[in-house]
Amino acid sequence: MTHDAIIVGGGIVGCAIAERLARAGLAVCLLERDVLGGAATAASMGHLVVLDDDTAELSLSAYSCARWRELAPQLPATAEYRRTGTLWIARDAAEMDEAARKRERLASAGVDGELVSPAQLALLEPALAPGLAGGLRVVADAVVYPPVAAAWLARRAVAAGAQVRCGVEVRAIGDGDVLLADGGRLRARHVIVANGCAVPELLAGVPVRKRKGHLLITTRAQPAVNHQLVELGYMQSAHGGDGESVAFNVQPRPTGQLLLGSTRQFDDLGCGVAPRLLRRLVARAQEFLPALERMTALRAWTGFRPTTPDHRPLIGAWPARPGVWLACGHEGLGVTTALGTADLLAAQLLDLPLPFDARPYAPARFAPDAELAHAG
Amino acid sequence: MRELRTEILVIGAGPAGIAAAVSAERAGARALLVDMQSEPGGQVWRGQWDKPTNRQSRRWIAALRQSPVECRYGLRLVDFAAPGLAVFDGPDGSLRVRCERLVVATGARERLLPFPGWTLPGVFGAGGLQVLVKNGWPVAGKRVVVAGSGPLLLAAASSLRAAGAQVLLVAEQAAAADLARFAARLASHPAKLVQAAALRLRLAGVPYRSSAWVERADGDEQLRSVRLRIGRYSERLDCDALAVGFGLVPNIEIAQLLGCTLADGAVVVDEQQHSSVAGIYFAGEACGIGGVDQALIQGEIAGRAAAGSARLSFGLRRARARSERFARALDRHFTLRDELRHLAAADTVLCRCENVGYGAAQVCRSQRDARLQTRLGMGHCQGRVCGAACAFLFGWDAATPRPPLAPVPLSCFTASPTEENPQESP
Amino acid sequence: MPAEVRIRVDGVVVSVPAGCSVAAALCHAGRGATRQALDGAPRAACCGMGVCFECRVRIDGIERLGCLTRVAEGMEIGCDA
Repeated sequence: MTHDAIIVGGGIVGCAIAERLARAGLAVCLLERDVLGGAATAASMGHLVVLDDDTAELSLSAYSCARWRELAPQLPATAEYRRTGTLWIARDAAEMDEAARKRERLASAGVDGELVSPAQLALLEPALAPGLAGGLRVVADAVVYPPVAAAWLARRAVAAGAQVRCGVEVRAIGDGDVLLADGGRLRARHVIVANGCAVPELLAGVPVRKRKGHLLITTRAQPAVNHQLVELGYMQSAHGGDGESVAFNVQPRPTGQLLLGSTRQFDDLGCGVAPRLLRRLVARAQEFLPALERMTALRAWTGFRPTTPDHRPLIGAWPARPGVWLACGHEGLGVTTALGTADLLAAQLLDLPLPFDARPYAPARFAPDAELAHAG
Repeated sequence: MRELRTEILVIGAGPAGIAAAVSAERAGARALLVDMQSEPGGQVWRGQWDKPTNRQSRRWIAALRQSPVECRYGLRLVDFAAPGLAVFDGPDGSLRVRCERLVVATGARERLLPFPGWTLPGVFGAGGLQVLVKNGWPVAGKRVVVAGSGPLLLAAASSLRAAGAQVLLVAEQAAAADLARFAARLASHPAKLVQAAALRLRLAGVPYRSSAWVERADGDEQLRSVRLRIGRYSERLDCDALAVGFGLVPNIEIAQLLGCTLADGAVVVDEQQHSSVAGIYFAGEACGIGGVDQALIQGEIAGRAAAGSARLSFGLRRARARSERFARALDRHFTLRDELRHLAAADTVLCRCENVGYGAAQVCRSQRDARLQTRLGMGHCQGRVCGAACAFLFGWDAATPRPPLAPVPLSCFTASPTEENPQESP
Repeated sequence: MPAEVRIRVDGVVVSVPAGCSVAAALCHAGRGATRQALDGAPRAACCGMGVCFECRVRIDGIERLGCLTRVAEGMEIGCDA
């Protein structure tokens, strides 16, 4: 048979797309080489956050967070969706100014933020170190447990008629079909490639690089943290140069555990945990949460963010290959933007009204014949 | 954080580790022996450091006492900060050890399988209760049921009786015919034959039933009774403790962390006990369950090889071959029966740390899928207990452990090392 | 009579045999459980050899395994780990 759409990759982005297209009535088949949500989705924090480095990121993340809020009541309890909000923390007056500017930018996308004084900060988060300058509180942000959310989206896709096949590896993408590792071929009108860091293995020329990150989770214990805590310097770390960077980013899990992030590095392609990075990660977190010193580390792991040269995802047709679509390169924001990505891709593929401007994410910007593609 | 340097680091001070460290020193190398227990001996020689009770332990403990091997106890391996740089954690903080070569002799753990009530206080591993008693657990006068599979049950029952427990029954899941064949096998191992006979003698008066297993344990805050399946019959026994273990599984976390090749849940080694990773040797149960004789032989070979003395004597090679035959016999005759796969109900806890039910795990594709979807194996023990159970229940491969190998204070990551005097004597 | 040491278990002073493990000491002190599972059910030492982590307790403020730790005079043990 010929599917309307084959989706390669069962991470949270692929699962969200499968769900969206199956609901639109397409005959969908999702292929995952291992288990659902097993790669970047599993490694990620699951912070559903509105980011505002540029207007494109702002519209995609604000739209997506709103979609998560709509879905939240239906999510299973094990998806651990919780409206923790985000508390962006300023260490000094300059960062407080940045907090004010951030509040303006978020407001332009309809996202409310509230500036927090040092006294209010101490009330909201008693575990934070004294002497911080304040912060910006965004109450609409949330956290979710990504692998369960991905699997739930896949189950919804199945309920809408999709096929979801795990343990099936795609070896190559042909003309209107995909070649499987077992030698089989599956035909489809559309092939949507959503396998994160592995996209370049299937499509040469797609500029996705691995950006390694370390995370560490504690045992269930005090101190209690109420919000996802992120230092305002985070964006500098996230989008700064190609060097190694570490930023304070702590998430309270609904289990009572604390999830500590975050590190970024391009130079290490191995999946091993580097004690040097863990050391920097923990030391940075302790500057903000001194009580961490008495806490117990349960487990550390690494993951790879699929990163594009301009840090914006690739969502749309890949001009080099007719019938092939991309939904990848979400870097550290794939869980947040999975739902917006699915809606945007579906709108393009089905010729529906776009939820927001698709051009900033158009893969054509990196296609070999980019100028030609842009003209269309 | 303290830091030490050594030529050969031996992790695990059971028979294999003691033999490795002593043999390495005899071959002219400097060795450092580290164990997470507070004294050497491992599980099998627990409590024998001050009063060895058999010829083997007397000989090796004396050898260790006399050797210049430096020993550190109460320290658990957490991670490798770099190749050849091990990080341990213990009550007095962390310790880093720089070494040129590594011998890992971390032994085995018991296979525990889920059945209704297995998480109640009062339900122990069979070897587990034996070891707890050796460390002062009060068992005198308590009514104990010993159950599960393998020769360890007899040793546990015997030592519990010696400590004053009233052993009500030993329930071996294997069928009588298989046990008879195993006993016949023992004839070719005089040491073990004597050991077994002595045990049987002391066990006089304790019912030993084959084709028998615990179906469930009941109690409120504490175990009160067990229901046993004995052949075609079901029987309830009131008791204070249940010691239940289904054989041993190799501890392979360090091998997994170091990327050593594994096969059938054990570390693959060559004739010199060398693993697939350069400079890293394994000895004892981690290479496959084979008992104390095999552990000592492999430890001796590994220690000598790590010290650069690679030639194996004919005697050692023959002894190893003999102990390997015994290990294979052990495996065949105590094969776990299929009924044990169906004891747990859907709501029976399978992952004790994260309270994941058997039913929730059963629908998953793999250990990794179960980890991600249900949190199975994501708690303190990192799947050491449920992973071995899932391997038997569902045929899943063990998930890769994440560092730290055991929960540690966060300060373990940030402390800066201060080098201890490398010449410091133990 | 074996020598005894005095320890505090959740704030209560008890005497237990010297030289035994913390797990054994808790049993001597009449404590059936070392911790509560996520559903509130009592749990206690099980594997005896540092594998299952069921006997974890807070010893002088730090999470440790009762089966791997020897009891010592004046130890503060908290069954809330």
